[in-house]
Amino acid sequence: MEWANQLCENRQFGSKMTDSKYFTTTKKGEIFELKAELNSDKKEKKKEAVKKVIASMTVGKDVSALFPDVVNCMQTDNLELKKLVYLYLMNYAKSQPDMAIMAVNTFVKDCEDANPLIRALAVRTMGCIRVDKITEYLCEPLRKCLKDEDPYVRKTAAVCVAKLHDINAQLVEDQGFLDTLKDLISDSNPMVVANAVAALSEIAESHPNSNLLDLNPQSINKLLTALNECTEWGQIFILDCLANYTPRDDRESQSICERVTPRLSHANSAVVLSAVKVLMKFMEMLPKDLDYYSTLLKKLAPPLVTLLSAEPELQYVALRNINLIVQKRPEILKHEMKVFFVKYNDPIYVKLEKLDIMIRLASQANIAQVLAELKEYATEVDVDFVRKAVRAIGRCAIKVEQSAERCVSTLLDLIQTKVNYVVQEAIVVIKDIFRKYPNKYESVIATLCENLDSLDEPEARAAMIWIVGEYAERIDNADELLESFLEGFHDESTQVQLQLLTAIVKLFLKKPTETQELVQQVLSLATQDSDNPDLRDRGYIYWRLLSTDPVAAKEVVLAEKPLISEETDLIEPTLLEELICHIGTLASVYHKPPSAFVEGSRGVMHKRLPARTGSGESTESPDVGTAAGGSAPEAAPSIIPSQGDLLGDLLNLDMAPPTTSGPPPPTTGMQMGGMDLLGGGLDSLVGISHSVDPYLGGDIGGSPAMGAGFGAAPAVMPASLNAPVGGGLGDLFDLGGVGMPMGAYIPPKIVWLPAMKAKGLEISGTFARRAGVIQMELILTNKAMSVMTDFAIQFNRNSFGLAPAGPLQVLTPLGPNQTIEVSLPLSTVGPVMKMDPLNNLQVAVKNNIDVFYFSCQYPISMLFVEDGKMERQVFLATWKDIPNDNESQFQIKDCHLNSDAASSKLQGSNIFTIAKRTVEGQDMLYMSIKLSNGIWVLAELRVQAGNPNYTISLKCRAPEVSQCVFQCYEAVLKN
Amino acid sequence: MIGGLFIYNHKGEVLISRVYRDDIGRNAVDAFRVNVIHARQQVRSPVTNIARTSFFHVKRSNIWLAAVTKQNVNAAMVFEFLYKMCDVMAAYFGKVSEENIKNNFVLIYELLDEILDFGYPQNSETGALKTFITQQGIKGQTKEEQSQITSQVTGQIGWRREGIKYRRNELFLDVLESVNLLMSPQGQVLSAHVSGRVVMKSYLSGMPECKFGMNDKIVIDKAGKGGVTDEVGKSDLGGGGSTSGKQSIAIDDCTFNQCVRLSKFDSERSISFIPPDGEYELMRYRTTKDIILPFRVIPLVREVGRTKLEVKVVIKSNFKPSLLAQKIEVRIPTPLNTSGVQVICMKGKAKYKASENAIVWKIKRMAGMKESQISAEIELLPTNDKKKWARPPISMNFEVPFAPSGLKVRYLKVFESKLNYSDHDVVKWVRYIGRSGIYETRC
Repeated sequence: MEWANQLCENRQFGSKMTDSKYFTTTKKGEIFELKAELNSDKKEKKKEAVKKVIASMTVGKDVSALFPDVVNCMQTDNLELKKLVYLYLMNYAKSQPDMAIMAVNTFVKDCEDANPLIRALAVRTMGCIRVDKITEYLCEPLRKCLKDEDPYVRKTAAVCVAKLHDINAQLVEDQGFLDTLKDLISDSNPMVVANAVAALSEIAESHPNSNLLDLNPQSINKLLTALNECTEWGQIFILDCLANYTPRDDRESQSICERVTPRLSHANSAVVLSAVKVLMKFMEMLPKDLDYYSTLLKKLAPPLVTLLSAEPELQYVALRNINLIVQKRPEILKHEMKVFFVKYNDPIYVKLEKLDIMIRLASQANIAQVLAELKEYATEVDVDFVRKAVRAIGRCAIKVEQSAERCVSTLLDLIQTKVNYVVQEAIVVIKDIFRKYPNKYESVIATLCENLDSLDEPEARAAMIWIVGEYAERIDNADELLESFLEGFHDESTQVQLQLLTAIVKLFLKKPTETQELVQQVLSLATQDSDNPDLRDRGYIYWRLLSTDPVAAKEVVLAEKPLISEETDLIEPTLLEELICHIGTLASVYHKPPSAFVEGSRGVMHKRLPARTGSGESTESPDVGTAAGGSAPEAAPSIIPSQGDLLGDLLNLDMAPPTTSGPPPPTTGMQMGGMDLLGGGLDSLVGISHSVDPYLGGDIGGSPAMGAGFGAAPAVMPASLNAPVGGGLGDLFDLGGVGMPMGAYIPPKIVWLPAMKAKGLEISGTFARRAGVIQMELILTNKAMSVMTDFAIQFNRNSFGLAPAGPLQVLTPLGPNQTIEVSLPLSTVGPVMKMDPLNNLQVAVKNNIDVFYFSCQYPISMLFVEDGKMERQVFLATWKDIPNDNESQFQIKDCHLNSDAASSKLQGSNIFTIAKRTVEGQDMLYMSIKLSNGIWVLAELRVQAGNPNYTISLKCRAPEVSQCVFQCYEAVLKN
Repeated sequence: MIGGLFIYNHKGEVLISRVYRDDIGRNAVDAFRVNVIHARQQVRSPVTNIARTSFFHVKRSNIWLAAVTKQNVNAAMVFEFLYKMCDVMAAYFGKVSEENIKNNFVLIYELLDEILDFGYPQNSETGALKTFITQQGIKGQTKEEQSQITSQVTGQIGWRREGIKYRRNELFLDVLESVNLLMSPQGQVLSAHVSGRVVMKSYLSGMPECKFGMNDKIVIDKAGKGGVTDEVGKSDLGGGGSTSGKQSIAIDDCTFNQCVRLSKFDSERSISFIPPDGEYELMRYRTTKDIILPFRVIPLVREVGRTKLEVKVVIKSNFKPSLLAQKIEVRIPTPLNTSGVQVICMKGKAKYKASENAIVWKIKRMAGMKESQISAEIELLPTNDKKKWARPPISMNFEVPFAPSGLKVRYLKVFESKLNYSDHDVVKWVRYIGRSGIYETRC
């Protein structure tokens, strides 16, 4: 079929079938032969020869020697031949300016030809010949052609003005072509209008202040009319031009939007994107409460989604733009998550971009789906893609708190795969998760440490070192781990070196005794053996801090870290605004302003979104004119997303929060000038100021630097500014609040759950029986940096069915370093399971951060009920009844009470003395105890005056309890 | 704007090189070859920046088309133009191949001169171009003919020339849909959409005004509300044969050929246009609601030890029993370390294709509401490769004679006031074809 088609075409074109032969001649005397053929009398032979010349030209051979011979063929009425000669001329005229003059006459003549196609061809070609002498001759024909009766000639002439302007701008102005071009905007033919608009826009770019386009409501109206009638390309020119206009008020803005929206249904993606650009820009001016505003928002989503069914290259352009749109107006596509799911066959560049957008759109509503997808992606083949997917999981954890737990467990699963790059990527993101949710997921540190050896990428090594340093107090062998990194210190990348330095200093501040040697070693490596000024400087700062004022050092190094922002890789807002104005263009693909990749005067001006204005108020500035120098930086607004670095330097965050965007935009060799706008510049500026501060001594704590660094970014991390720096320090010194006053028979509170094991929550407590009610008395202390809320408690099944009789009454959130005392009434009607030891109780406490488990032992005395006094008869009978095997004997040593005192003391704990006998100076006390579950314990206590050692015999049907009961005796008697 | 346009063969040899702007030098040709075509690693982006010069490229079989620029051009436009360029070339000489390009290089230069001026795309409708770029010379044209050409090239209706005459006025409408699906192993639809095209072949005399109607929910609802029963579907267009009993469908979005009056669609949602002559794509649309999924794939993959996999796949057809699906192909991916495969299938033929790492199961025809299954035992070579097999999804191809979106053509009316034929005289044909797009089930 294909073949038949071709055959048919070939027949139609007759001799054309043999065109390829021109590519094959590569003999030596070729030029000579061609010369002869070009001068042949036979038209056909001439034409063949010119074709050969063009073919040689295409493959890069120099055929400029044939210039005169080719030009001689120019005067022909064979349009095909003429076009070939013109093509040759355009290529070589510049290298042979003198001879090019020979062609001028023919051009001038052709411009007067009766055939409009030839007139247009001549004027089109002349504009492409960049020889001064020729351009002089071009002016008159061009002037005529601009006013030609035929629209085809006029539309060609319009573009020719732009060509001429590129060669000689002054000439164009002097000759008044600009005015003629402006007139063409009102031409009756839409294509002429479109080309005139294109030419004017281009010329205007190199005259930023010329007001050349002079857009006003009238001319805009003309453009909008032409928009409906011209070719798809013309529509693009017009829309791109419209985007430069700033409407006078919201009404005008709306009416333009209304006339532009139909373009969203165009089959040409470029028309759609340019229309989106106009709408995105003009929408800025519409009041948000306007019905039309929300209508417009709704109309934007479907065409953007449709772009994703275009060819992959266009999808890529669309996705890069959607990435911008989603940052600017997340509401447009928030329900369209599914269309960004990656298809197995998508080209890698489409996959990576889709992933980016998925993360931006991730929210609580769709997180489950997103995570399921990401997990799927993490098993794909392409390394970059897998890495990005892993990173994305981490970013979801940071963005959607509810998903954090699932994300962490997914990441742990991935670490278990042991695929090297997956592990490294996972560690990098887990570090960020630790930052975001302190004291919550540190239980995974052990798993991470297992993979220490497989880390070979600087970023992953640095992340791991950060984790070790940050949690040095929880990692037993932190010093060994860090020391192992220190061995190859000089082979590490700067990032790792800096991190290692800080981590060891942190370690030292936390465990000063064992690590003195290590810290000295790293400081000397950093300051004496390194050529890297950053490393040296930081080394010196730490050194000085540590030697002059360790307290300040603690404040600085162990200070509370600012929150990391949820959104990552956000484009800085001024740049984002500018890029929105460039939707559809290369700038929007690179995510860089045109000035970053366009040379010369073009593209230097910065575009901005219009400000919202009320009706009637007029803003008289076509913003094409906003010159670069004046206005761009002044608009710099408030948020610098994820620029933690400067402060990080001092506060040892080092790695920027998860800005570390994964692989850079996948354009090979796309190394364009640093244009990090605020980022880089400000960073280094403040960087200097802070590194000076510590030397000045005085007010350390990093606060001056902090102020400077974050003055610009209050919205991102307010907590870091307002939180008292001392807070962090406080808990360093205030170790555990022990020593509360206690009731006489209540064992002292002991720490059941150390803060270290519970992400900062410390629980100490005891049990008491007050007025017949068993109570668990707890002290909760928050030693973490974040507020704790939502406390709850639960017991595991236990020997005596203890269970909370009510909820844990912690009503107010527990702030950092706050302590609260609670008492929890317990019942004994819970599920029963025999524990070992018998009085063991396993407790789970939950708060907003996690669930923690601990176990404690309660004194069994609190289970002794008040009606535990047995009738004497019953006692005797029971005592006899219980087999002797069940009797157990204990010694209570060092007790100096007499029998009465002991008896009354025991009575307080519901151990009732039923009878007392004195035999040979030895008091025998018979006692009974009833446990809450109905078990009776009978006791015989022997107290000999003058002997501090008592003997006790316990008899019980459930002999297991004896040991506990004995402990109670001991506890009660000795306190 | 576009500074230059190059066409290369797979070896990186230049076949066509046309420079439009002075800022693009000859070295740009080599830069692209070295950095993209001969790049050691696979190129990871269709846009490449090399030394402050941006290259856009698309590939057609083994031909590279590259547009070059140093300015901040409209990137979407450049790609659209490159595609258009391919279309134009295909319309002139068939497949875009090295041989055809070499055979037609003079023609290509002529086209490039016409459709790009100083890097600005100009009229690129083949209908218009073919009237004056013919490689036959234009000597014989009269003045009238010439001005007719220019007015068509620049005119409002650049896609159609005046004075077309047919003895028999006829038009063919093809509703071509591709249905896309991503399904979880448990049979949950993760995403599904139909992207459809209405392709029209028109052989109509004069400058006919056409109006196209379909069962678009918005139109139907509006008509229903007004109590007016609009024009009911014409009997001559009723041969759709869709299984769906739905009256109307919700269209998520649609785009139109440039001949359609967009503002009219925007305001009245009516599709009116003067059609190009011959074949063209009238519209594209996308639907996501109430899609008829013609097939359901039920996979079962079991790993038996480290060296064996058992795969069972059931497919079920889900449409009227009287309709036949064709060209059914199920592609079951196999691990890279597969050493042998045994397949049993109830219907059609199945083969293990080692070079494609897949079992390909083909069934010529299958009626609606049927079910068939394949089972395979895959022997694996033991490997020490730690990385788990990624289990690519099972994909499926098919063709069904209805529109999975449920779209129906209600009418296509033709008005030509100047010539004496009426809507009734036009012979109209409608055909519905639903094909699989990316139709995948994870396993």
